[in-house]
Amino acid sequence: MKSAVVVFPASNCDRDVAVALQQATGQKPQMIWHQDTSIPDVDLIVLPGGFSHGDYLRAGAMAARAPIMEAVRAHGERGTLILGICNGFQILTEAELLPGALLRNQDLDFVCRTVTLSVASSASPFTSAFQPGQLIDFPVAHHDGNYFADEDTLKRLEDGNRIAFKYVDNPNGSVRDIAGILSENGRILGLMPHPERVISPLLGGMDGAAFFDGIFAAAA
Amino acid sequence: MKARVTITLKNGVLDPQGKAIQSALTGLGVNGIEDVRQGKIIELDLTENDEAAARAIVEDVCKRVLANPVMENYAIEMIA
Repeated sequence: MKSAVVVFPASNCDRDVAVALQQATGQKPQMIWHQDTSIPDVDLIVLPGGFSHGDYLRAGAMAARAPIMEAVRAHGERGTLILGICNGFQILTEAELLPGALLRNQDLDFVCRTVTLSVASSASPFTSAFQPGQLIDFPVAHHDGNYFADEDTLKRLEDGNRIAFKYVDNPNGSVRDIAGILSENGRILGLMPHPERVISPLLGGMDGAAFFDGIFAAAA
Repeated sequence: MKARVTITLKNGVLDPQGKAIQSALTGLGVNGIEDVRQGKIIELDLTENDEAAARAIVEDVCKRVLANPVMENYAIEMIA
Protein backbone atom coordinates (compact mmCIF):
# COMPACT_ATOMS: atom_id res chain seq x y z
CA MET A 1 0.00 0.00 0.00
CA LYS A 2 1.36 3.40 -1.02
CA SER A 3 0.71 6.32 1.26
CA ALA A 4 1.46 10.02 1.62
CA VAL A 5 1.57 12.35 4.61
CA VAL A 6 0.85 16.05 4.07
CA VAL A 7 3.08 18.28 6.18
CA PHE A 8 1.90 21.75 7.18
CA PRO A 9 3.87 24.37 9.13
CA ALA A 10 3.53 23.24 12.79
CA SER A 11 2.31 19.77 12.01
CA ASN A 12 3.91 17.75 14.81
CA CYS A 13 2.62 14.19 14.41
CA ASP A 14 3.73 13.79 10.79
CA ARG A 15 6.81 11.72 11.59
CA ASP A 16 4.96 9.59 14.15
CA VAL A 17 2.30 8.68 11.62
CA ALA A 18 5.02 8.00 9.02
CA VAL A 19 6.53 5.42 11.40
CA ALA A 20 3.09 3.88 11.98
CA LEU A 21 2.47 3.64 8.22
CA GLN A 22 5.87 2.12 7.55
CA GLN A 23 5.30 -0.44 10.30
CA ALA A 24 1.90 -1.41 8.86
CA THR A 25 2.71 -1.36 5.15
CA GLY A 26 6.45 -2.02 4.97
CA GLN A 27 6.83 1.10 2.82
CA LYS A 28 7.82 4.62 3.76
CA PRO A 29 5.09 7.15 3.01
CA GLN A 30 5.90 10.13 0.82
CA MET A 31 6.04 13.35 2.78
CA ILE A 32 4.27 16.14 0.86
CA TRP A 33 4.78 19.82 1.72
CA HIS A 34 1.65 21.97 1.98
CA GLN A 35 2.86 24.36 -0.72
CA ASP A 36 3.05 21.54 -3.26
CA THR A 37 0.20 21.23 -5.69
CA SER A 38 0.14 17.52 -6.51
CA ILE A 39 0.16 14.18 -4.71
CA PRO A 40 1.38 11.07 -6.55
CA ASP A 41 -0.73 8.00 -7.03
CA VAL A 42 -1.24 6.60 -3.52
CA ASP A 43 -3.84 4.48 -1.72
CA LEU A 44 -3.95 6.60 1.43
CA ILE A 45 -3.34 10.27 2.26
CA VAL A 46 -2.89 11.28 5.90
CA LEU A 47 -3.38 14.78 7.28
CA PRO A 48 -1.45 14.56 10.55
CA GLY A 49 -1.94 16.06 13.99
CA GLY A 50 -0.34 19.25 15.16
CA PHE A 51 -1.12 22.94 15.33
CA SER A 52 -0.87 23.98 11.69
CA HIS A 53 -0.33 27.74 11.32
CA GLY A 54 -0.57 28.09 15.09
CA ASP A 55 -4.36 27.46 15.01
CA TYR A 56 -4.69 31.07 13.76
CA LEU A 57 -8.24 32.21 12.96
CA ARG A 58 -9.63 28.72 13.72
CA ALA A 59 -7.89 25.37 14.14
CA GLY A 60 -7.23 24.02 10.63
CA ALA A 61 -8.65 27.10 8.86
CA MET A 62 -5.39 28.21 7.24
CA ALA A 63 -4.26 24.70 6.32
CA ALA A 64 -7.62 23.92 4.72
CA ARG A 65 -6.87 26.68 2.20
CA ALA A 66 -3.27 25.60 1.47
CA PRO A 67 -2.27 24.91 -2.17
CA ILE A 68 -2.02 21.13 -1.55
CA MET A 69 -5.67 20.88 -0.53
CA GLU A 70 -6.91 21.01 -4.13
CA ALA A 71 -4.87 17.86 -4.77
CA VAL A 72 -6.29 16.26 -1.61
CA ARG A 73 -9.81 17.14 -2.78
CA ALA A 74 -9.14 15.67 -6.25
CA HIS A 75 -7.83 12.44 -4.68
CA GLY A 76 -10.95 12.31 -2.51
CA GLU A 77 -13.14 12.54 -5.58
CA ARG A 78 -11.24 9.61 -7.10
CA GLY A 79 -11.82 7.56 -3.95
CA THR A 80 -8.32 7.65 -2.47
CA LEU A 81 -8.53 6.95 1.27
CA ILE A 82 -8.01 10.12 3.33
CA LEU A 83 -7.34 10.03 7.05
CA GLY A 84 -7.28 13.17 9.21
CA ILE A 85 -6.00 12.77 12.75
CA CYS A 86 -6.62 15.53 15.34
CA ASN A 87 -5.55 18.72 13.52
CA GLY A 88 -6.05 16.71 10.33
CA PHE A 89 -9.71 16.17 11.33
CA GLN A 90 -10.06 19.91 11.96
CA ILE A 91 -8.56 20.60 8.52
CA LEU A 92 -10.99 18.15 6.85
CA THR A 93 -14.02 19.89 8.41
CA GLU A 94 -12.64 23.34 7.53
CA ALA A 95 -12.14 22.11 3.94
CA GLU A 96 -15.74 20.80 4.01
CA LEU A 97 -14.55 17.31 3.12
CA LEU A 98 -16.30 16.24 6.33
CA PRO A 99 -19.35 17.94 7.87
CA GLY A 100 -19.49 19.81 11.19
CA ALA A 101 -16.80 21.63 13.14
CA LEU A 102 -14.46 21.16 16.11
CA LEU A 103 -15.09 23.75 18.81
CA ARG A 104 -13.12 24.66 21.92
CA ASN A 105 -13.36 21.88 24.53
CA GLN A 106 -16.40 22.31 26.75
CA ASP A 107 -14.37 22.73 29.96
CA LEU A 108 -11.74 24.90 28.20
CA ASP A 109 -9.02 22.43 29.23
CA PHE A 110 -6.40 21.03 26.91
CA VAL A 111 -7.06 17.30 27.35
CA CYS A 112 -4.08 15.00 27.04
CA ARG A 113 -4.72 11.42 28.13
CA THR A 114 -5.65 8.00 26.87
CA VAL A 115 -9.37 7.56 26.29
CA THR A 116 -11.49 4.52 25.54
CA LEU A 117 -13.40 4.55 22.28
CA SER A 118 -16.29 2.41 21.17
CA VAL A 119 -16.23 1.40 17.51
CA ALA A 120 -19.57 2.72 16.26
CA SER A 121 -19.24 1.64 12.63
CA SER A 122 -17.07 -1.11 11.22
CA ALA A 123 -18.44 -0.49 7.72
CA SER A 124 -15.45 1.37 6.31
CA PRO A 125 -11.91 0.53 5.16
CA PHE A 126 -10.67 2.35 8.28
CA THR A 127 -12.70 0.35 10.78
CA SER A 128 -13.36 -3.02 9.18
CA ALA A 129 -10.71 -4.67 11.37
CA PHE A 130 -12.87 -3.95 14.43
CA GLN A 131 -16.20 -5.31 15.61
CA PRO A 132 -19.07 -2.85 16.19
CA GLY A 133 -19.06 -1.98 19.89
CA GLN A 134 -15.45 -3.08 20.35
CA LEU A 135 -13.55 -0.95 22.89
CA ILE A 136 -10.12 0.41 21.99
CA ASP A 137 -7.76 2.82 23.71
CA PHE A 138 -6.23 5.78 21.85
CA PRO A 139 -4.64 8.90 23.39
CA VAL A 140 -6.16 12.34 22.81
CA ALA A 141 -4.26 15.64 22.97
CA HIS A 142 -6.31 18.64 21.92
CA HIS A 143 -7.87 21.95 22.89
CA ASP A 144 -10.45 22.11 20.10
CA GLY A 145 -11.96 18.65 19.89
CA ASN A 146 -15.56 19.39 20.77
CA TYR A 147 -17.38 18.06 17.72
CA PHE A 148 -20.42 20.07 16.71
CA ALA A 149 -22.95 19.71 13.91
CA ASP A 150 -26.59 20.67 13.51
CA GLU A 151 -29.35 18.12 14.10
CA ASP A 152 -29.91 17.48 10.38
CA THR A 153 -26.24 16.68 9.89
CA LEU A 154 -26.17 14.43 12.96
CA LYS A 155 -29.18 12.53 11.67
CA ARG A 156 -27.49 12.08 8.28
CA LEU A 157 -24.36 10.78 10.04
CA GLU A 158 -26.36 8.38 12.18
CA ASP A 159 -28.63 7.15 9.39
CA GLY A 160 -25.63 6.62 7.10
CA ASN A 161 -23.69 4.68 9.76
CA ARG A 162 -21.01 7.37 9.45
CA ILE A 163 -20.05 7.79 13.11
CA ALA A 164 -16.85 5.73 13.26
CA PHE A 165 -15.84 6.10 16.91
CA LYS A 166 -17.53 7.35 20.08
CA TYR A 167 -15.98 8.29 23.41
CA VAL A 168 -16.99 6.02 26.26
CA ASP A 169 -16.27 8.87 28.70
CA ASN A 170 -16.60 12.12 26.73
CA PRO A 171 -13.49 14.28 27.39
CA ASN A 172 -14.43 17.43 25.46
CA GLY A 173 -18.20 17.89 25.18
CA SER A 174 -18.55 16.49 21.66
CA VAL A 175 -22.16 16.14 20.59
CA ARG A 176 -23.35 12.48 20.77
CA ASP A 177 -19.88 11.58 22.17
CA ILE A 178 -18.51 11.66 18.62
CA ALA A 179 -14.75 11.02 18.34
CA GLY A 180 -14.56 10.32 14.59
CA ILE A 181 -16.75 10.48 11.50
CA LEU A 182 -16.75 9.14 7.96
CA SER A 183 -17.58 10.73 4.62
CA GLU A 184 -20.68 9.58 2.79
CA ASN A 185 -18.71 6.99 0.78
CA GLY A 186 -16.77 5.85 3.87
CA ARG A 187 -13.39 6.67 2.30
CA ILE A 188 -12.56 9.76 4.36
CA LEU A 189 -12.15 9.46 8.14
CA GLY A 190 -11.51 12.23 10.61
CA LEU A 191 -10.88 11.49 14.28
CA MET A 192 -9.54 13.46 17.22
CA PRO A 193 -7.67 10.59 19.02
CA HIS A 194 -4.17 9.55 17.92
CA PRO A 195 -3.86 5.92 16.72
CA GLU A 196 -0.23 6.56 15.69
CA ARG A 197 0.69 6.96 19.37
CA VAL A 198 -0.22 3.38 20.29
CA ILE A 199 1.63 1.21 17.80
CA SER A 200 4.00 -0.55 20.20
CA PRO A 201 3.89 -1.91 23.74
CA LEU A 202 6.74 0.54 24.43
CA LEU A 203 4.30 3.36 23.73
CA GLY A 204 1.65 1.88 26.00
CA GLY A 205 -0.56 0.03 23.56
CA MET A 206 -1.12 -1.73 20.27
CA ASP A 207 -4.66 -0.64 19.35
CA GLY A 208 -3.26 1.91 16.89
CA ALA A 209 -1.19 -0.80 15.19
CA ALA A 210 -4.42 -2.82 14.74
CA PHE A 211 -6.02 0.29 13.24
CA PHE A 212 -3.26 0.83 10.64
CA ASP A 213 -2.97 -2.92 9.93
CA GLY A 214 -6.73 -2.91 9.28
CA ILE A 215 -6.48 -0.06 6.75
CA PHE A 216 -3.63 -1.89 5.02
CA ALA A 217 -5.66 -5.13 4.87
CA ALA A 218 -8.73 -3.31 3.54
CA ALA A 219 -6.75 -1.43 0.90
CA ALA A 220 -4.78 -4.46 -0.26
CA MET B 1 -12.15 51.69 2.07
CA LYS B 2 -12.01 49.97 5.43
CA ALA B 3 -14.24 47.19 6.66
CA ARG B 4 -14.80 45.77 10.09
CA VAL B 5 -16.04 42.19 10.32
CA THR B 6 -17.55 41.01 13.60
CA ILE B 7 -17.64 37.24 14.02
CA THR B 8 -19.80 35.64 16.69
CA LEU B 9 -20.81 32.11 17.53
CA LYS B 10 -24.28 31.15 16.34
CA ASN B 11 -27.09 30.91 18.84
CA GLY B 12 -27.16 27.43 20.27
CA VAL B 13 -23.41 26.90 19.82
CA LEU B 14 -21.86 26.49 23.24
CA ASP B 15 -19.40 29.28 24.04
CA PRO B 16 -17.17 27.96 26.84
CA GLN B 17 -14.97 31.07 26.72
CA GLY B 18 -18.01 33.30 27.20
CA LYS B 19 -19.04 31.10 30.14
CA ALA B 20 -15.56 31.38 31.66
CA ILE B 21 -15.67 35.18 31.34
CA GLN B 22 -19.11 35.22 32.95
CA SER B 23 -17.93 33.14 35.89
CA ALA B 24 -14.91 35.46 36.29
CA LEU B 25 -17.30 38.43 36.44
CA THR B 26 -19.41 36.67 39.03
CA GLY B 27 -16.23 35.96 40.97
CA LEU B 28 -15.42 39.69 40.93
CA GLY B 29 -18.79 40.38 42.52
CA VAL B 30 -20.31 41.93 39.38
CA ASN B 31 -24.06 41.32 39.44
CA GLY B 32 -26.72 41.62 36.77
CA ILE B 33 -24.90 40.04 33.81
CA GLU B 34 -27.08 37.21 32.57
CA ASP B 35 -24.95 35.89 29.74
CA VAL B 36 -21.60 36.52 28.03
CA ARG B 37 -20.82 35.63 24.41
CA GLN B 38 -17.41 36.36 22.93
CA GLY B 39 -16.25 36.65 19.35
CA LYS B 40 -13.65 38.39 17.23
CA ILE B 41 -13.24 41.49 15.12
CA ILE B 42 -11.23 41.51 11.90
CA GLU B 43 -10.38 44.83 10.21
CA LEU B 44 -9.66 44.87 6.49
CA ASP B 45 -8.05 47.73 4.60
CA LEU B 46 -9.13 47.57 0.95
CA THR B 47 -7.75 49.34 -2.10
CA GLU B 48 -11.28 49.35 -3.57
CA ASN B 49 -12.96 52.73 -2.97
CA ASP B 50 -16.45 51.92 -4.20
CA GLU B 51 -18.48 50.87 -1.16
CA ALA B 52 -20.67 48.30 -2.92
CA ALA B 53 -17.70 46.69 -4.66
CA ALA B 54 -15.65 46.67 -1.45
CA ARG B 55 -18.52 45.14 0.48
CA ALA B 56 -18.83 42.40 -2.15
CA ILE B 57 -15.14 41.51 -1.67
CA VAL B 58 -15.52 41.41 2.11
CA GLU B 59 -18.69 39.32 1.84
CA ASP B 60 -16.79 36.86 -0.37
CA VAL B 61 -13.83 36.47 2.01
CA CYS B 62 -16.18 36.12 4.99
CA LYS B 63 -17.84 33.17 3.27
CA ARG B 64 -14.58 31.61 2.06
CA VAL B 65 -12.26 32.08 5.02
CA LEU B 66 -13.08 34.50 7.82
CA ALA B 67 -16.16 32.78 9.23
CA ASN B 68 -17.08 29.12 9.49
CA PRO B 69 -20.79 28.94 8.64
CA VAL B 70 -21.20 25.74 10.68
CA MET B 71 -20.68 27.61 13.93
CA GLU B 72 -20.29 31.34 13.26
CA ASN B 73 -22.25 34.38 12.07
CA TYR B 74 -20.60 37.48 10.68
CA ALA B 75 -21.59 41.13 10.34
CA ILE B 76 -19.85 43.58 8.01
CA GLU B 77 -19.49 47.27 8.72
CA MET B 78 -18.00 49.51 6.03
CA ILE B 79 -15.94 52.42 7.32
CA ALA B 80 -14.99 55.21 4.90
